[in-house]
Amino acid sequence: MTAAEAGPVAAAESDVRVEFEGVDKSYDGRTLVVEDFNLTIRKGEFVTLLGPSGSGKTTILMMLAGFQSPTAGTIRIDGRSVEELPPRKRGIGMVFQNYALFPHMTVGRNLAFPLEVRGLNAEERQERVERALQLVRLEGLEDRRPGQLSGGQQQRVAIARALVFEPDLVLMDEPLGALDRSLREEMQYEIRRIHRELAVTVVYVTHDQQEAMVMSDRIAVLKKGVVEQIAPPEALYEEPERAFVARFIGENNRLHGRVVTVDGDLCEVETGRERIRALRIADCEPGDQVTLSIRPERIAVNPEPGVYGNQVGATIRDLAFLGDHLRVRMDACGREDFIAKIPNIVGHGGILVGDTVRVGWTVTDCRALNHEEKED
Amino acid sequence: MIAPGRERFRALALVLPLLVFILITFIAPLATMLVRSVHDPVVADALPATLASLDGWDGEGLPDEAAYEAIARELVQAREDRTLGQVAGRVNRVQSGLRSVFTRSARSLRDVTEGPWRDALEEIDEAWADPATWHAIRATGQRFTGRHYLNAVDMQRLPDGSVARQPEERRIYLPLLWRTLVVSAVITLLCLLLGYPVAHLIAHAPERRANLLLALVLVPFWTSLLVRTTAWIVLLQTQGVVNDLLVSIGLVGDDGRLAMIYNMTGTIIAMTHVLLPFMVLPLYSVMRAIPGQYMNAAASLGARPAQAFLRVYWPQTLPGVGAGSLLVFILAIGYYITPALVGGSSGQLISNMVAYHMQTSLNWGLAAALGGILLAGVLALYLLYDRLVGIERLSLG
Repeated sequence: MTAAEAGPVAAAESDVRVEFEGVDKSYDGRTLVVEDFNLTIRKGEFVTLLGPSGSGKTTILMMLAGFQSPTAGTIRIDGRSVEELPPRKRGIGMVFQNYALFPHMTVGRNLAFPLEVRGLNAEERQERVERALQLVRLEGLEDRRPGQLSGGQQQRVAIARALVFEPDLVLMDEPLGALDRSLREEMQYEIRRIHRELAVTVVYVTHDQQEAMVMSDRIAVLKKGVVEQIAPPEALYEEPERAFVARFIGENNRLHGRVVTVDGDLCEVETGRERIRALRIADCEPGDQVTLSIRPERIAVNPEPGVYGNQVGATIRDLAFLGDHLRVRMDACGREDFIAKIPNIVGHGGILVGDTVRVGWTVTDCRALNHEEKED
Repeated sequence: MIAPGRERFRALALVLPLLVFILITFIAPLATMLVRSVHDPVVADALPATLASLDGWDGEGLPDEAAYEAIARELVQAREDRTLGQVAGRVNRVQSGLRSVFTRSARSLRDVTEGPWRDALEEIDEAWADPATWHAIRATGQRFTGRHYLNAVDMQRLPDGSVARQPEERRIYLPLLWRTLVVSAVITLLCLLLGYPVAHLIAHAPERRANLLLALVLVPFWTSLLVRTTAWIVLLQTQGVVNDLLVSIGLVGDDGRLAMIYNMTGTIIAMTHVLLPFMVLPLYSVMRAIPGQYMNAAASLGARPAQAFLRVYWPQTLPGVGAGSLLVFILAIGYYITPALVGGSSGQLISNMVAYHMQTSLNWGLAAALGGILLAGVLALYLLYDRLVGIERLSLG
């Protein structure tokens, strides 16, 4: 209780907007859909909850919005526990999966709704609605009904409605899921622009890793209700700490093997007939199973001898020219789907399908992660 | 490749059975009824010469001797043709007492073979010296007449041809029509108040519970109307379950048992119960299509639950509210069986009067006119709904 009382005072100088502390959620009392979720979101930050369906990301968002309550743990907004706070008092703008625009109201009425229930006068409402429409570049559409708008326009209206009452915190639940690819990309930049302009805190939920990478300051990768890693996009890509993250973010070659020796930050792993030296990310000891992950673009075909810490033999199975890079598929380290990407600027050195080559990569580009046999 | 003409013929042949069925069972009776409400040839067919001789009558005083001769001959003829009863009945509705005058005159005229006819008739009954009798004959002799419609709205045509309201004590149909409308409105409102929460509960319950609840709504719907209505008699009668319960918990004294049946209360309670599914089902189908997200959205935008309901949920259910209300109201204003069973004398509705004129008084013209007025009312309501809400938004579950 004292902590909650002290909260708002402390938050006055703090730059923390949202805190999750040991949050659990279970619908049936047995299985946890969210388990021990901890996350601190700074003011103005854009944080994405990323994960496949069933990872608990939407549940976390719903708990923050107040539509679900945690089974255990605490959620604080601006230092204040929101356990007893109904959704309407949390001052959170929310963009729903299918927009949830009120179909019986015009765009203008939809936008004015949160202002009306807050008792703003007509003049002020009009001004704010116009400003919000300007922000999403939909001037002049006040009198249309949502049903008369395209998907992209509806999306913009939904965002405008979530922002029109100037909340400090905006939640977005897979808002771009219903749009086609090119529109989705455009809206990603649009949301980014709005985020920058308003300096509002955004919590975004998506299952699309590219979307998360484009927009986020930080991404929390979730799997079956458990956080795998929370990091900025670059770090998630370059330094995945879990096999799931390595697989989920971008493309990775995954080799399963057994640790042979450990030497500080490094370790040696036996996979197939090869011995690979790797960064020891997982807390592994000799004899443990690990999963090695290597980015395809970090693999060199027929490198100079001695440059790379790891060199193995491989047989080319397939070559595909994809414009910016050549995609090489080969047998290596006991796998048939070992992939290397050769950038267009390098040139592929005249390799052909069926050739036997040597491939190499540095020790630091190879990460020994927790063992993950099943790819689910 | 089938010739388009043949294809069209096939399509026509497929819908033909239904078309014929509807023609025979719906359009034809409806048309007959409407025709009957304005067309009544009985008197015109039986007394053609009399009516022809009345053409020259100015309506002041009594008609001339020719009219007396014609009516005397035609009354005798009608008696032989066995149409006298119908003719006398028609005339009697305009001027009561004339039934016996006609039958007695026809019987007595058998012995009269020659004039002067006026004296002979006046001797049989002095009603023949009253111009009102002749007015009644002339009025009922019109093949096409608005008489039944005038009657149905408590009006009458005076001998001078002007239209006036019936005397106070004879006005029954307009008050009854008004009562029917009020009762139907009350029943519709009750159904809405009772049905709306139920429909909401079913529409937003988990599927298994929703199916169970829906079955609970539908089982009474599938039970015989008579069984349900008589069940209300068991429950509501003076020595019935509800009164017993009220007495046993001391809410009313044993001598103060409530009269809840065989009056308007009984009609309203039983009809509300009978018609409730017609309200719940359209509401349910509309509500089911409203995602719960809207209420969440309203809450996240700062609306209190009441605001969210009134501004977001309720407007979206209006097509269902309109459909349910229209359905219940239309069914209620034409309802017959329940008021007949539990309405007593004060709980009768317009349809019970229609039935009375069909079965007891045999004044089919008036029954048809009352039916015609009901039909017009329903159509007017339908058009009003179309104008206000749009009929294409009507959702009937």
